[in-house]
This record gives sequence, structure tokens and C-alpha cells, in this order.
Amino acid sequence: MAEPARPTRGYSVRTLPGFAIVALFTFVALYAPIAILVVFSFNAGTSLAIWEGFSLRWYVQAAQNEQVLDAGLRSLYLAGFSASIATVAATMAALATTRTRRFPGRTMIYALINQPLMVPEIVTAVALLIVFAAVKVWTGHTSMIYLIAAHTAFCVPFAYLPIRARLETMDNTLEVAARDLYAPPWKVFTRVTLPLMWPGIIAGLMLAFVISMDDVVITEFVKSAGQDTLPTYMLGQLRRVVTPEINAISTVILVVGAILVSLFFALTMRRR
Amino acid sequence: MPRPEDCCLSRAPSCKLIEKPSVMQDTGMQQETGNMDSTETSRPSAGDTAIDVVRVSKIFPGDPEVRALDDVSVAIRRNEFFTLLGPSGCGKTTLLRLIAGFEPPSMGSLRLRDKDISRLPPNRRPINTVFQNYALFPHMSVAQNIAFGLEMLGKPRDEIAATVDEMLKLVQMEALKNRRTSEISGGQQQRVALARALAPHPEVLLLDEPLSALDLKLRKEMQIELKRLQNETGITFIFVTHDQEEALTMSDRVAVMSAGKILQIGAPREIYEAPAERFVANFIGESNFLDAELAGDTVRLKAGGSFRVAVPDGVAAGPVSVLLRPEHASVRIGEPGPEELPVQIENVVYSGDATVAHLRLSTGEAVKARMPNAPGVAPLSSGAKGAAMGIAPGGITVLKD
Repeated sequence: MAEPARPTRGYSVRTLPGFAIVALFTFVALYAPIAILVVFSFNAGTSLAIWEGFSLRWYVQAAQNEQVLDAGLRSLYLAGFSASIATVAATMAALATTRTRRFPGRTMIYALINQPLMVPEIVTAVALLIVFAAVKVWTGHTSMIYLIAAHTAFCVPFAYLPIRARLETMDNTLEVAARDLYAPPWKVFTRVTLPLMWPGIIAGLMLAFVISMDDVVITEFVKSAGQDTLPTYMLGQLRRVVTPEINAISTVILVVGAILVSLFFALTMRRR
Repeated sequence: MPRPEDCCLSRAPSCKLIEKPSVMQDTGMQQETGNMDSTETSRPSAGDTAIDVVRVSKIFPGDPEVRALDDVSVAIRRNEFFTLLGPSGCGKTTLLRLIAGFEPPSMGSLRLRDKDISRLPPNRRPINTVFQNYALFPHMSVAQNIAFGLEMLGKPRDEIAATVDEMLKLVQMEALKNRRTSEISGGQQQRVALARALAPHPEVLLLDEPLSALDLKLRKEMQIELKRLQNETGITFIFVTHDQEEALTMSDRVAVMSAGKILQIGAPREIYEAPAERFVANFIGESNFLDAELAGDTVRLKAGGSFRVAVPDGVAAGPVSVLLRPEHASVRIGEPGPEELPVQIENVVYSGDATVAHLRLSTGEAVKARMPNAPGVAPLSSGAKGAAMGIAPGGITVLKD
């Protein structure tokens, strides 16, 4: 009676009653609607519920829809700009909160950086709407600058968290060793700190990009006329006639997101 | 053992592994210390000292504040293998970090060949460190790690390549040149860390317990290896360890530290055979401490027997404590003769090459005697009554406190 040798653990979550059912239900709840959405993006008919055969017509229609293209490009442009600025700011913030001596109010600053994670998004959106509306009236200026500023602001904590996590696992002795080997401070940063925190920065950038791409609430409140992003355009469409075109756009966004995430994993794995 | 200076002279060809570093000039240290040059020429003896630690204290603020170094002075000679030995928390690593420039001293000054370096940042001191955890750059190959210091000094490309090859050869790592540092073993990482620190040919190499992570066999090998590297490069080594055996086998001189102070500095033999204080005697090797009475140059043990001793300065006649190393004591069954002490054998421990007998003197003091095993000698038996302890000539050392 050879019992297979297993390491002893404190407890095994797998033996908890109902664990398998909860797990199964959670996965189904998470992925089934997405699977259905993807399937019906290929529907030949106009229904979101009745399958009428395979077709790429909704993809073709979406690709020819000027409004979709316009909103899609604006989303990319907005997310690219905002995520980049936010990542630079987050990198500096992460360095300042991990690479300096403890100073009074460090915890306070940490909380302030992460503020957008705690404050309900709708509150931020309303606040920005009031302020930006006044500024728009006052200056008469209605460019993308407001959206970029708003997106940058709420992307900072998302970029900050992975960068900070990376910095915290990094061995401080490495920087001391570089200094010991005649590197002046800025060389320590460019030759040791930056290359080592790079995976964290990439992760932060991608997370910020996806968060910006995905945002509806703040964008809806801050945008001026003709500044629809893909999510706000889709929201607008849902109020009218819903066709599988929406499914097709969503599927494209899903695929782009999946590619970004896999790219990130590939990048960080190679650097290990 | 040849003096370190002779050794470098006789090894002149291999000493010239790399040309002398020009760190100090390169980094503009000259202007700050320009006025020191005249001092150097007027004091030729300064050439013998590599690092001069002058009345250095280091206080870490806090509640309570920690006095990690307390008025420490030590002159470390050029080409010397110098060891800072002490238990953890004695300040040895703090002193090393001060010499490297990772921390400024709270008081006192550090001089490198008669130039005050107390306020120079680490990248402007011609001193390199082998870190306890090696601190190899994980995003660089073995060769890139070794080249790093030379690149930062702005050496030409071909010179860097040549020196890197030379260093790889010196630590026998040529085959693994292009490996990532995560792909090599602990012992190999140790060698790379050494090569990286030696490559810029520093004036002083600091080693912070670099062998503590290695297993016993590898540690013994690396001890010999380090000694060889020190001989071949002619660089001053300052080695930090809490392992007294390591300190004794490798060092030219050892400084024993405790509670932020240096208690004794001397050659390994001096430290072992003539420890100045009870702490030093206790920390290095095994020791028996016995109560005695000093009169003139004779001590009389409480447990009996009189011995001629060398009396250290500052020890007055009267009650003293003396040191008896276990290997200087022996025991046999039988009536004690003159110069021998009556003892009871409490326990006998066989350890292969030697037998250790735990004895009790008539005063109740416990004593360990360690005797080498000879073939065909009957073993001692525990609990035997009527035994006699002999003490080797010169086996009694008077301690200061």
C-alpha cells in the first residue's frame, strides 16, 4: 500500500467542501459571456442571440465604419500618450518612495499616489467635469489635452504598483556595488537600476495602457464634442440599435489586449 | 613567513598584472587633496601604511543610539592580509563599510596612503569590495560583470578585454565567461565577485565574510585561493569574518573586535598564544580560565602548582586569571608528581585525532584537556579517581583582566 509521498502543508484548499463547484462556477461566470460575445461576432444575421451561420460581415462593417476607426485611433493615441507620461511619473514616484531614507509623511505620499484606486471613479469624473467645463469656457480651448491630463492622472497608480513591486524585490547592494566599482550616481541608475527595473516599467506601461483604453466613466464626463473613444462610442451605440458589430469591435479589443499581455510575459521571461 | 614587502619584490613580474590605477587622478581627487602631497614627501614612512583609521567612531542615531564603532584606530600596512575578527554586532562590518565609503564616520578620519578619504564617495576611492552576497549584476554576463569597474574608469576597450581575460584566468573561470551570473554555482559566483573587485586593481580589497555562504570543503579551497590571489596581486586585503579559524589560517595580522572596539591587533600566533584579554582568549580557540595569584614572575594556581610566566604590562601582583589552552594540558592516571595537579576525570570524549578529557580540579574549577591520540595507547576511562593533570611548559598565560 504505497501511499504517494506528498509534502505536508498547513491545510489543503482542495479538500474544502464545495471548492470545486465554486471554482467551476467562477470560471464559467467569468468566461462564458466572453465566449458567447466572440461567437456571435461571427454571426451572419443581425441577432445577438440567434445563430444564423458564420460570416465576417460585422468585422468588415466595423472596419469600414468611419466613426469606429476614428474612435479607435483616438483611443490608441490617448492611451499611448497618457500611459507613457503616467509611467514616467510613476517610475520617479516609485524610486522616490523606495530608494530614499524613510522620511516623515512617506506613508501619506504612498496613499496620495494611490488615491485614484480608492476614490470612486464617478466622483473623480464629476469633479473633473466641473473643473474642466469652467476651464473650457474660460479659455475656449477644447483639445485632447483634458482627456490626456485626466487619463494620465488615473493611470499613475496602475503604473506605479508594478514598478514599485519590482524595485522592492531588487537587491539594494547591487547599486552599492556599482558605486563601489567607480560608477557615479547617474551611471548607477542607467547601468544597474534602470535595466533591472525594466520589466516593472514595461508591466506598468502596459497596465496603464489597458486601463486608459478601457475607461468609460471619466472619458464620458471629460470629453468634448467629437472626442469619442472606442468605449464611449460603443456605449453610445448600445443606446441605439445593437448589432454584432459591437461584438466584433469588442473581440478586436480583446485580441489586442491578449497580445499585449502575452508580449509582456514573453519579454519578462526572456529577461529572467 | 616572508614579510609582505619582500614578497611583493620577489614577485615583481606578477605584481604588474595591470598597471597601477589612476582612479584618484581620473576622478579629480587631486584638487581636493593637493595639499596632502607635500605631507607625503616629508613623511617617507607613510609608504608602509595603506589604510590609516584614526580615532573613528560611528554612531547610528535612534532610540537608543547605537555606537557601532567607538574610537577605533588601526594602521593597515600595504600588501597585508588583514583580518577584522569578532562576533556579529562587534562593528567589523561597519568599519569595512566606512573604509569602502558606504557610510561616513561620525568622528575621526580615514586616510589612504596619507590622503584623507573620509568624505570621498565610494566611486572615487581606489578601494573595491567583495560583498557577502556577492552582489553580482544579474542582467550582465560573467565577463560584463568583471568589465564593469574598468568601463566606469573609462579604460580603453582593448585594455578592458585584456584585463577581463586575465582576471578570468586568475580565478579559473575562462570557460564560463559568457554565462549569466544566475547560471553558475555559488562557488563560481564567489570567484566572479573576486575577479570583478580585483579587475580595476584597487589599492585595497575589502572582503565582507565572502566565504560564509560556501560549504566547508569549498571554503577551505577558497581560503587558500584568496591567500594566493593576495600574494599574486600584491593588493592589501582587509577581510571581515567571525570565523576564528579562517582568521588564523589566512591573515598576516588580525584585529579582534568586540562592542565597537578593537581589543587586540597582532599576528595570528600572537593573538592565539598571548591574548591580551579574556574576551580574545575566549573568542579564539578553546580556553580554560583559572584563578591564580601573581607574585613577581610566578603565578600560583589556586588549585596548586607554581609556574613561571611572562607578565604583560599593566598587570599587578595579586589575584589574576590565567589562560590554559586545552592542548597544553594533559592527564594521566596515577598520583600527581611535582608540577602536576590532582584532578578527577568527569568525562572523556573521543574525537578521532584527539581525546578531550573534562576534568575537575580540587578547587571545583572545570578544565578541558585535549590530547592527541597515539596508536596502541589505552583509552582513559571516565570517572576514574586519582588522576594527575600536567601543564606544558609555557602553557600558562596571564590575562590582563
